[in-house]
Amino acid sequence: MAHSYTPGLTVTEHTTVRRRRMLSLPGTVLVAAGEVVRANQAVARAELPGKVYPLNLANQLGVGPDEIQEYLIKKAGDRVQKDEILAENKPLIKWLKTEVRSPVTGVVESVSMVTGQVLLREPPRVLELLGYVDGRIVEVIPQQGAVVETDCSLVQGIFGIGGETRGEIMLAVTSPDEALTPRQLTAEMKGKIVVGGSFISSDALTRAKEVGVAGLVIGGIHDKDLRALLGYDLGVAITGTEQVGFTLILTEGFGAIPMAGKTFTLLSAHAGQPASISGATQIRAGVIRPEIIIPTQLSAVGTLSAVAVPQREGIRIGDQVRIIRDPLFGKIGEVSSLPSELQKIPTESEVRVMEVRFADGSKAVIPRTNIELIEGA
Amino acid sequence: MTIQESGKITHPLNVIVATDCGSTTTKAILIEKVGDEYRQTYRGEAPTTVEAPFEDVTRGVLNAIAEIEELSGRKILDGDKIITPCRDAKTGVDIYISTSSAGGGLQMMVTGVVQNMTGESAQRAALGAGAIVIDVLASNDGRLPHEKIERIRTMRPDMILMSGGTDGGAVTHVVEMAEYISAAEPRPRFGATYKLPLVYAGNKDAQPQVKKILGEKTALVLTDNIRPVLERENLAPARNKIHDLFLEHVMQQAPGYKKLIEMAGAPIMPTPAAVGVIMETIAKREHLNLIGVDIGGATTDVFSVFEGLFNRTVSANLGMSYSISNVLAEAGLANIMRWVPFTIDEQTLRNRIKNKMVRPTTIPQTLDELQIEHAIAREALRLALIHHKSLATALKGIQQERTISDVFEQQQSGKTLIDMLKLDLIVGSGGILSHAPRRVQSMLMMVDAYEPLGVTRLSVDSIFMMPHLGVLSTINEKAATDVFVRDCMVYLGTCVAPIGQGKDGERCADYVITFPDGRVDKGQLLFGDLRLVPLAGDQKASITIQPAKQVNLGAGAGLSVTREVQGGVVGLMLDSRGRPLQLPSDHNARVAALMKWYNAVGLYPTA
Repeated sequence: MAHSYTPGLTVTEHTTVRRRRMLSLPGTVLVAAGEVVRANQAVARAELPGKVYPLNLANQLGVGPDEIQEYLIKKAGDRVQKDEILAENKPLIKWLKTEVRSPVTGVVESVSMVTGQVLLREPPRVLELLGYVDGRIVEVIPQQGAVVETDCSLVQGIFGIGGETRGEIMLAVTSPDEALTPRQLTAEMKGKIVVGGSFISSDALTRAKEVGVAGLVIGGIHDKDLRALLGYDLGVAITGTEQVGFTLILTEGFGAIPMAGKTFTLLSAHAGQPASISGATQIRAGVIRPEIIIPTQLSAVGTLSAVAVPQREGIRIGDQVRIIRDPLFGKIGEVSSLPSELQKIPTESEVRVMEVRFADGSKAVIPRTNIELIEGA
Repeated sequence: MTIQESGKITHPLNVIVATDCGSTTTKAILIEKVGDEYRQTYRGEAPTTVEAPFEDVTRGVLNAIAEIEELSGRKILDGDKIITPCRDAKTGVDIYISTSSAGGGLQMMVTGVVQNMTGESAQRAALGAGAIVIDVLASNDGRLPHEKIERIRTMRPDMILMSGGTDGGAVTHVVEMAEYISAAEPRPRFGATYKLPLVYAGNKDAQPQVKKILGEKTALVLTDNIRPVLERENLAPARNKIHDLFLEHVMQQAPGYKKLIEMAGAPIMPTPAAVGVIMETIAKREHLNLIGVDIGGATTDVFSVFEGLFNRTVSANLGMSYSISNVLAEAGLANIMRWVPFTIDEQTLRNRIKNKMVRPTTIPQTLDELQIEHAIAREALRLALIHHKSLATALKGIQQERTISDVFEQQQSGKTLIDMLKLDLIVGSGGILSHAPRRVQSMLMMVDAYEPLGVTRLSVDSIFMMPHLGVLSTINEKAATDVFVRDCMVYLGTCVAPIGQGKDGERCADYVITFPDGRVDKGQLLFGDLRLVPLAGDQKASITIQPAKQVNLGAGAGLSVTREVQGGVVGLMLDSRGRPLQLPSDHNARVAALMKWYNAVGLYPTA
């Protein structure tokens, strides 16, 4: 049997992950290697240049661009307060006087004698970069950021929207095949990572927003509801910057699909514990999947363990798999046979297949490309 | 036969293994010298392994080759190494060669100063070069500088196109944007081993400052301003640079590419370049006007040779897996649904398309799923040809001008070179066309998408090996030609499609077909008909068509045409459904029409 590579999503009770935390521009790193950090703790800080306001002085004063220099009260590099006079003319008749006031507090960045334009820049803003996960710093990249390592439980989703957030895991349903209804979303779920079952409707999405949940982890969603939530049709799966009020992670796909039992059991076991989640997804080469990280324990400073890189072998008999294409989309079973000969499927294509046995003892022949390994011990 | 590389004579070339690393699958073929000729003997495929944890394209290559090993009984691999040259009749290969498009689609971010001026010009340039524009940043787009910076960083674009300012105008805003990009320190998606390509096509006076700010941090390429003066748009130089960088730079950054280069006995070719070599060779050898298409998972590449002029476009946002949802977004649901011969609710269809997007390596398992993919493929093919037509213009190499009065019109100027009536041959390649369970499915997908006019021959790449043969032709012309003629090119047949429209059942044309054995088939084509006349690949027949008064077959309305037509594995397709092709707007009538046509040509198995 040929070595067969099968893509899979990790659902594991124990692993070690490293996350690279990088500032968007050079700044100060606030942590040291070996230091224990919290998810909501700043690990680095940078000063972002303030917003730029262009102001055409020549137009406002009714003079040529090359003349504005003589009307300026403030020069390039000067600080300026909101409503402070930037420039004024000196007419013979006083009531013809024109004053140009600054619309913002900041600095006069530049004055152009060509366009008659003055650029004002607001004071820099401080950006704090959080740790994202509870863990320890294993590497510091001077001026740029740090690498946080954590021992954790890890669930990878198939698709998500929204950025990083954190909260306590809270179950809203009792079984993985139960759909999440608006009624199940209660006020106490504010700021929590709410775990649903097979599906969430548009009503429940609206309710989740009202309640103010931090995140939603769910089996499936209808594409039309996603489109309504985003306000546009997603063409290419590159997400992570959406701002819909919460982070949404799908564990199975589009439609009403029961969450894999293993995923639901793992999340149930960690109800009440804090988790860090990210909806960022990039489905293309160099893939990024959404994730739920539940830190298990913090090692003492100085006991930095090596990261175990999961070694994935080909698919084997007995492996737990999820069927990822109709007509059995979403069903989970166990590999019972791996015939190497090509077999004809209903489309008349001849493909490599595998036999999958389900919990009820029934079996189905599925193209090998239409299954996904449920990975992790 | 020997190959000579860098002056050194190597071994005879009798057994060749070639792979194409696509965005979704890695396809391997084995070519062996049988007697005096080269033949393709075995093939294997495996998912392309650029995803974590492998992040190494060679893993998929080894898996695909392992499949060949299993099927052929030849030992090719020794651990992670390919055994070269052959040690005996059943061990090793003489050379390993490969093409790659595993980088997937081209995702670009463009910047301008004024959003609806230079921002839009930059977008047009990028779109024209086949990119997906993931964001347009402009000085006046209302976002705070840090938001722009964060956006550049989080989007991880494959390439940035910077524009802004007219030549000789103010440089400040362009320089400011360069500073934001510099501050973002954009990371390419495949790690830190190469610098992000950045094309600067703005105010030429700002070039020194841009070079100073970004020269070290990015792989900066300076080119002519896309908006040298307000009234003129000059997109060609920027587009060409984007094309070059995409083919030569971005696409080759798939993880493990360096290892792949070491494994290969000849330079790795970008897939579109390799397919282009083949297409151009066919057209030149047979003096044809040709359209070729390679529809992949992330991109659809269209090639054309008209009057000897070769053109190529990459529609990076049209494909059958990674980009499938984008086909839906661009074509619209109604355009996809019009090809589906059954009733399916919108929600189910949308969910299925999104599920394919998030799990791009899956294949249709049921007939209705296959029909949906074929419907989407028709639209992807159609849109990619529209894109190609807009770029393959008579003004190739000449700057395209857009006057101030055209600023608000988004139409492309310049007459397209693509004349469907002068088209001799359509060549299809890519998974959905090469692996269609029935060849007639590939033929009708291309006929529906391209609506060929008059008499047009169609062919398909048998098992998707044009990329492999394109690269092979660079090292061994005979081997490539042998395999191309005998194993690769499958002539489907010829489509005869009168131009004109009429009511269903009205007379469209009368025809007389004279077969090589002297047999004569006379008949009448009615509007709304689709017929298949068997004619084997090695046979030629003569067809005389007398169109109705308002119908044209190339000679003019109502004028008779006699042509020699070549057969194929499908045969002669007589398509009097009308040109332009119009489908009934009523749902039930449309499904009935589709069923009638599909059954008439035996498109799908019937229950």
